[in-house]
Amino acid sequence: MKFNDAISGALLLALSIAVLVAIQAFPKIPGQNIGPGAFPGLLASLLALCSLILIFRGLKERGAQKWIELGAWLQSWQHLRSFLVTVACLLFYVSLSGTLGFIICGFVVLCAMMWTLNTRPQLFIPIALVATLVIHTIFYKGLRVPLPWGVLMPIAW
Amino acid sequence: MTAHVLMQALGLVFDPYVLLVIFCSAIFGLFVGCIPGLTATMATALLVPITFFMPPVPAVAAIVTATAMAIFSGDIPGALLRIPGTPASAAYTDEAYAMTLKGQAEVALGAGLVFSAIGGLFGTAVMIAFSPSLAEIALKFSSFEYFWLVVLGLAGAVFIGNSSVLKACISLLLGLLIACIGLENPAGHPRFTFGLNELMSGVELIPMMVGMFAVSELLRYVTNMDPPMKIAAEKIGNIFSGMWDLLVKYKWPLVRGSALGTIIGIQPGSGADMASWMSYAMSKKFSDEPEKFGTGHVEGIVESGAANNSSLAGAWIPAIVFGIPGDSITAIAIGVLYLKNMNPGPTIFVNNPQNIYAIFIVFILANIIMVPLGWLTVKIATKILKVPRNILMPIILLFCIVGSFAINNSAWGVVLILFFGVAAFLFEENGFPVAPAILGVVLGTMMEENFVTSMIKSDGNPWVFFTRPIAMWLAIGTIIILFWPVFTWAWGKFRGKTADSPVQTPQA
Repeated sequence: MKFNDAISGALLLALSIAVLVAIQAFPKIPGQNIGPGAFPGLLASLLALCSLILIFRGLKERGAQKWIELGAWLQSWQHLRSFLVTVACLLFYVSLSGTLGFIICGFVVLCAMMWTLNTRPQLFIPIALVATLVIHTIFYKGLRVPLPWGVLMPIAW
Repeated sequence: MTAHVLMQALGLVFDPYVLLVIFCSAIFGLFVGCIPGLTATMATALLVPITFFMPPVPAVAAIVTATAMAIFSGDIPGALLRIPGTPASAAYTDEAYAMTLKGQAEVALGAGLVFSAIGGLFGTAVMIAFSPSLAEIALKFSSFEYFWLVVLGLAGAVFIGNSSVLKACISLLLGLLIACIGLENPAGHPRFTFGLNELMSGVELIPMMVGMFAVSELLRYVTNMDPPMKIAAEKIGNIFSGMWDLLVKYKWPLVRGSALGTIIGIQPGSGADMASWMSYAMSKKFSDEPEKFGTGHVEGIVESGAANNSSLAGAWIPAIVFGIPGDSITAIAIGVLYLKNMNPGPTIFVNNPQNIYAIFIVFILANIIMVPLGWLTVKIATKILKVPRNILMPIILLFCIVGSFAINNSAWGVVLILFFGVAAFLFEENGFPVAPAILGVVLGTMMEENFVTSMIKSDGNPWVFFTRPIAMWLAIGTIIILFWPVFTWAWGKFRGKTADSPVQTPQA
């Protein structure tokens, strides 16, 4: 997904203005001319300058560069699906790992990913199960990371 | 004194646990490098969550070994599939593949292996020879000099070898702004935390790097529409035969490549990829038979194969002496060192010299065991290349999740890898390089601290940045780099007007 430089520039300009507004609320340190806002302020000003140049260049190349150019992968359902499934897997883990626990979430993530990448179910279900258990053992037993058990708590080992 | 420190360092490295770590990370690095789509930087990012649980020496040993191996092993799919395993092999992938088609796969791979090891040892020798004396100079530096060093490093990251200086600049500024998040600033005021407790201590480096270098690669893999790959040679002969003759014949290209690679490595912001592109170009320029380049000629592989491995060691020089990473791999490594309270910088040479010597020994060891292990990898390469990636990639995703969770035992790390993974993916799609951003994040705190300290010391008078003797020279160097594109642009205009020849306009 390729944006025209003018669009990227406008987004970055908005960001730098937001930073410049936010630092106005930072406290001043009495007796010193350098407060916590000075450094981010300097960076944001430079960023604003760069964004303006980028916008200018984007507008100049408007003829050659479309506003938004959808990559080939966005038009292929298979690839778009894989992208969305990857993002969804991470969101799923963030929101449900506490309740469902690592083993269930890990298994679901692996199955979803392998499914979207066209692995056969007879193959991916056992592989997902084994891989989840191996990673769980390495991190939970080996490195003592307290991976959540979630609903499997009663049978925790 | 030195002998005593050396013994201590040997003791630190030749410990069964450390040796086991080195061996395992060597295998890991060779495997990751060999699989197209998994880069050396990604190998480091995936290792970091595990090194998090290790003492400093094995942690660094794991990173050093895995990256050295991955950079070599990236040559393998280059020669067999015409797909570089890591970007550092891209410069001579076509050359190596052409050799394979001529039935010389073993020469291409042998040269890659042997000369990678020699290049790596060359870079290590430079590192051993120069970093202690550099550290002695660095001890005399004050906040003014450090400020300029950081600016110099960042300027190098932006201006050297990037296709678009403007986009590299933006990427760097975003990195520096990310470093501003949180409480850790000279004033101790929470900035840009959006009221989130998780952001109080800033954005954690490890999940961010896993996101930027591993999750973004996964996204690129799942959206990749390239046709399936075909292996050009099933059988590979003895890769060591004829290597001695090559060594004698190409000793100068070898030295030149290693030296250039080391220098590119030292220069912050550009690493193995840049080293191999530049030395391949240089090899062609200085060769007696430049017309053979591109048709399956081994000379360029010798030179740039040595260059990309020597740059790895070169990158560690500014990293351990000044705490300024020479490439994205050392940027990650510095993040790890900070977590271990082994803050890089000149004082480490005074307080913990045994750790530094241990790093030197690991480098030597890694480049030596690369030869037998690399030989073994080439033997089974055709099998590794057949590992189904649609099974491997999901497992790597789960690994990223657990690794980022493990840093703070909270799902916040997973939020970070998602955010930075998607961000880095979109950045690269739009031609913004990611490496300057990571340097900005790593160096932001250091830059601000030295800037603010210097300004307070000088009562707000910025001229002091230019009047101290060492600071002045660093300032001049920085300004030359900063204005270099303007010079070349002006020169091009001038020449274009006089000679009336078509001029390439620079991007910025």
